[in-house]
Amino acid sequence: MSQSQEQPEYQHRVLPPHISTFWWLEKGSYFAFILRELSCVFVAWFVVYLLLLVRAVGQGDAAYQQFLAWSATPLILLVNIVSLLSLVFHAVTFFAAAPQAMVVKVGPNKVPGSLVLAGHYAGWVAASAVVCWLLLGA
Amino acid sequence: MADQIKLQVARYRPGQESEATFDDYDVPCPKEWVVLDGLNHVKDRIDGTLSYRWSCRMGVCGSCGMMVNGEPKLTCATFLADYAPGPVRIEPLRNFPVIRDLIVDIGDFMRKLATVKPWIVREEEKPLSAGEYRQTPEQLDDYKQYSMCINCMLCYSACPVYGLDPNFIGPAAIALAQRYNLDSRDEGSAERVAVLSEHAGIWGCTFVGECTKVCPKNVDPAGAIQRYKLTAAVETVKAFFMPRGAQ
Amino acid sequence: MTPSYDVVLVGGGGAGLRAAITIAEANPRFTIAVVSKVYPMRSHTVSAEGGSAGAIAPDDSLDEHAYDTISGGDWMCDQDAVEAFVKEAPQELLQLEHWGCPWSREPDGRVAVRPFGGMKRKRTWFAADKTGFHMLHTLFQTSLKYASVVRYDEWFVTKLLVNDGRVQGVVAIDLQSGKIEAITARSVILCTGGCGKIFPFTTNASIKTGDGMALAYRAGAPLKDMEFLQYHPTGLPFTGILITEAARAEGGYLINKDGYRYLQDYALGTPEKEPVLRTMELGPRDRLSQAFMQELAKGRTIETPYGPVVNLDLRHLGEKKIDAKIPFVRELCVKYQNLDPVKDLIPVRPVLHYMMGGVHTDINGATPLPGLYAAGEVACVSINGANRLGSNSLSELLVFGARAGLAAAEHASSNVEISQTVLAQAKDEHRRIEQDLFSKKGHERIADLREEMQKTMDESAGIYRTGAALTTAVDRLRRIQERYADVVIEDQSKTFNTERVSALELANMLDVAETIVMSALRREESRGAHQRTDFPKRDDERYLAHSVVHRNPDGSARVEYLPVTITRWPPAERVYGKAAPHGGSN
Repeated sequence: MSQSQEQPEYQHRVLPPHISTFWWLEKGSYFAFILRELSCVFVAWFVVYLLLLVRAVGQGDAAYQQFLAWSATPLILLVNIVSLLSLVFHAVTFFAAAPQAMVVKVGPNKVPGSLVLAGHYAGWVAASAVVCWLLLGA
Repeated sequence: MADQIKLQVARYRPGQESEATFDDYDVPCPKEWVVLDGLNHVKDRIDGTLSYRWSCRMGVCGSCGMMVNGEPKLTCATFLADYAPGPVRIEPLRNFPVIRDLIVDIGDFMRKLATVKPWIVREEEKPLSAGEYRQTPEQLDDYKQYSMCINCMLCYSACPVYGLDPNFIGPAAIALAQRYNLDSRDEGSAERVAVLSEHAGIWGCTFVGECTKVCPKNVDPAGAIQRYKLTAAVETVKAFFMPRGAQ
Repeated sequence: MTPSYDVVLVGGGGAGLRAAITIAEANPRFTIAVVSKVYPMRSHTVSAEGGSAGAIAPDDSLDEHAYDTISGGDWMCDQDAVEAFVKEAPQELLQLEHWGCPWSREPDGRVAVRPFGGMKRKRTWFAADKTGFHMLHTLFQTSLKYASVVRYDEWFVTKLLVNDGRVQGVVAIDLQSGKIEAITARSVILCTGGCGKIFPFTTNASIKTGDGMALAYRAGAPLKDMEFLQYHPTGLPFTGILITEAARAEGGYLINKDGYRYLQDYALGTPEKEPVLRTMELGPRDRLSQAFMQELAKGRTIETPYGPVVNLDLRHLGEKKIDAKIPFVRELCVKYQNLDPVKDLIPVRPVLHYMMGGVHTDINGATPLPGLYAAGEVACVSINGANRLGSNSLSELLVFGARAGLAAAEHASSNVEISQTVLAQAKDEHRRIEQDLFSKKGHERIADLREEMQKTMDESAGIYRTGAALTTAVDRLRRIQERYADVVIEDQSKTFNTERVSALELANMLDVAETIVMSALRREESRGAHQRTDFPKRDDERYLAHSVVHRNPDGSARVEYLPVTITRWPPAERVYGKAAPHGGSN
């Protein structure tokens, strides 16, 4: 509100805030957050991998066998294992966040967060069951 | 239980220093003392030049937020004995400019708060003679949690997005906007959308969730923001398919 | 360029913000400045818990609220002011509801009211048990709507500018830069709250240092009823944190070391299982605090390392009720006392809480100095008399904040010329603070003087007082004033110098403390919260009057008396726990 231009003794330097480039290493929860964000890279990889699988299947048996052989190479195997772990981490953290982000009401009553969370896991199990049945059953 | 505990307190005296330094003080550590009692002891008995803000000493005014061993805390609600044998490092709230010692400039938040229109917006005001706006306890519960914010700024200190991008409107401002959006008496959601949907608004939030963790009043600003993202997305889609008339 | 406004408000709490909004709505062209030593949402209004009174229940009436207030005040209340207050309170609370205040509700959506101490009917509006917090934040956030309200956050007012008997502005320190500036105005409204920090054990925040009272007193406006100090019966030992009266309103019991509900021994009725209005634990605060002192004298209180206590028993309320109606009480007990009221007894003792007295104003918040107004705890209208009923104070902020706002705006619109001589006064003040006060290299620590003052007040101006103790106190306070001239200020920085602020606040508190002990010494009777063991009876013949204390040119205090305005309720006996002889229902 006041202008202190003419009185230098009242001018003072405010220390600007600074954040380290390695801010994400300062706290466990920050590090876990960054891992969660990075897991999206592996989600993207899995999508690409799935598309490659579909294309290989579409191109016939020889292409499919080649795809399987390629998948078994140590590098791809490693990448896929890491991706699987990453995806599980991604799903678990995503689900854990869901009750906070979604407020579900049945009439005037709020559905407890634990039920929202359970609902997500139930959905995951159901979807997995359907996929298993398709691949292994029919 | 130790009789004394060492406080390592950040100091910044503009005009005398160009950077922050640390001064050490040994203070008593009875089990009822909070960190603020330790600071008051320093100021009263040891070093009168130490400057910090405080007022209510009961966790409701929001004045005394500081970093204690790297975590944003209300120093009136944080017990010294929990840090025994110490030392306890006390610094000004992170992510804010430091004016002096433990005092930070919260002007940025004050400006941002006003931009979200944190007041009841109505097309038409009911006259007082018509009585109160009826609001059931369930309707009150819809927004009550978000009305508990004491503006202590711990959430801004915990938020790495605010640290990296000072334009980010921040957790408390969004939570307070939601407090009004969800109040059954308010009709101003449309007026708040523009500010909240900016890049520096809700979409800057990446749901780190630290704000909710450090909030001393269980406001859950992270939840408020994610819920609003859903609302804002739905509003955008609706506007796309059914554009409103000229505003 | 000296900033100049139509109205300057000193203090940004409930009363200050209400006044600012009133003026902004009355005339959007008025320029308004709110000058506060803290950000407005830190103001002490934020700590109020229990509720705000306004008669709206179908079985309630304005006359009953008035009678409860007047009898609660032991007939020291100005009844014309009380009548205006009870009429306007419900409207003000409703206006706050329209502005978004989250009042607790009945299942059908109507505003709920709860019982409170000294009230015959349920009329206390509440927002869980954080009423002051919600009221303050509602007012603050609503005030952001008005572009004409300009805020000077963290500016500490050190002096009122007075020209020819008219108040025409203030001098304030911009704490962030240290700059000392004049802000001129046609009207100034003081909304700075009370002065609890003159006592060692208080519910009050560190900012409650009587700044406005001292400013007015030094400028020539008298203070009124300063001897009437309220001790709230239930504060947590050591911290002094307030456990709201609402805990008793919801059914809590006060029991002594034998588990006995001792209030029944003090003409407060007979104990029932459920709370009965104007009875037992729902009696007025002065009587409850006095009962504690008498229990202490009888050896029936419990000794703790932090002084004697009694217990507040909430266990029979059950977890559901506690979490619904008084959740903050539970939070505070768990956090600061390491116990859970659902299954533990809460140790409590009387704690200095509120000042009924303050800057003398009329029914519109005007002081005798033209251009100077006051509202809220800093002011004494008087609607609270010798003892305030709980939940009247929050309503008072709104009613008299609005009234003072309107009165100040009207005065400002009379286009009084702001004299340039006030700028010379501002220069003098600048020098006084920067040079006289600042360059002190004395020996007295601020904390030592403050503690000595607090000890003096505790020993002389407690719940029971004697002439001898008060006389000693006058001398002790004078000694502390002399020692103050030798105070040491180690902090020589201009930037946010809180030590300098502490020194200025101490000077304010010493002035206020003197007016309290002088007024208490002169009042040779017992009434409401002022109890003299050497004059134990109420004396309407000599003392049905307000003590008005003026500052003499030599700095000493002069006490005069002003009759109380009686309209429809002639002085009667104050009765609780059973039917009153006349005047009100029971």
